[in-house]
Amino acid sequence: MQYATNQYEGMIAETIVIPGHNGDPIGAYVARPLGPGPLPAIVVIHHLPGWDEWYREVTRKFAHHGYIAISPNLYHRAGHGIPEDIAVQVRATGGVPDGQVVGDVAGALAYAVAQPTCTGKVAVFGTCSGARHAYLAACRAPGFAAIINCWGGRVTMEPQELSPNQPVAPIDYSNDLACPVLGIFGEEDSGPTVAQVALLEQALIAHGKTYEFHMYPAAGHGFFYYDCPAYRQAQAMEGWKKIWAFLAQYVG
Amino acid sequence: MCTMIATQIKVAGSGKAGNGWFTLGEANVSYDHLFEAPFEHALSLDFVNEALGPSARVSVELDVASARQLVDTINAILAKADRGGYIVE
Repeated sequence: MQYATNQYEGMIAETIVIPGHNGDPIGAYVARPLGPGPLPAIVVIHHLPGWDEWYREVTRKFAHHGYIAISPNLYHRAGHGIPEDIAVQVRATGGVPDGQVVGDVAGALAYAVAQPTCTGKVAVFGTCSGARHAYLAACRAPGFAAIINCWGGRVTMEPQELSPNQPVAPIDYSNDLACPVLGIFGEEDSGPTVAQVALLEQALIAHGKTYEFHMYPAAGHGFFYYDCPAYRQAQAMEGWKKIWAFLAQYVG
Repeated sequence: MCTMIATQIKVAGSGKAGNGWFTLGEANVSYDHLFEAPFEHALSLDFVNEALGPSARVSVELDVASARQLVDTINAILAKADRGGYIVE
């Protein structure tokens, strides 16, 4: 989106509570442009380090680009404190259950669609474990128009990696996927590796799905994270361009 | 990637965080993403007391060599204390 310097721009961003899985109240951070719309929307799924500042910023970034953006707190039930303290607690207990995540993301989707300014077209975005959760949700929660998978690890899983909280590898749900996929990956990532990304691509081809994968050289896991050594400026900027183009094509 | 390689054990002892000493309840040991150290993955040790809430936490993040050396050192120290007759369990 190109802004002119004399263009009106406004945004509201706030934490709210929405019904999540089983109707449980969970926190969500919502950012949306002011004005009557109509606007497309995006559900923004946080990564393993938690519902943190980077995800607040990315949620507002999507709103800045014209989307109603909602980021649900998948760790809401673990209590409240600084994000990394909560994330450590969640990891120690095996992570959040996949079924619960799908229900929470479906709740965020329902909130977005219900907004009077929403077009009804909603994408889902995630990085790291959030991308795994985005892929799961796009397969299991009907209604998404596009999914953006940024270096989602453990979409492919070995049998020994399955657990009570994560009983099925997301790749095994690929046939249920009803929307196009954008994949953003780094060649130096140890998970997903280049080989694991190839497996996912093969599954999407086998099931006749629409997808667009971009594998960036000299980039590893989390190369959008400007606050980490993993940040790769040129690759990250290219990746964001792919995201805006993909959203414009499939969500509006 | 998120390895989700993590386990929790019960521990007895004390830990010192920003608000002072607290009684430990659990230790979370993981090999996964880090919050601060400049590695993609490393060994994280989080000494916590879940009954006191998530902020009751003492955290360290170690590279693999440091983690292995720490394990060896702890075992060596405990073995020496055992040989000296200092350990009564």
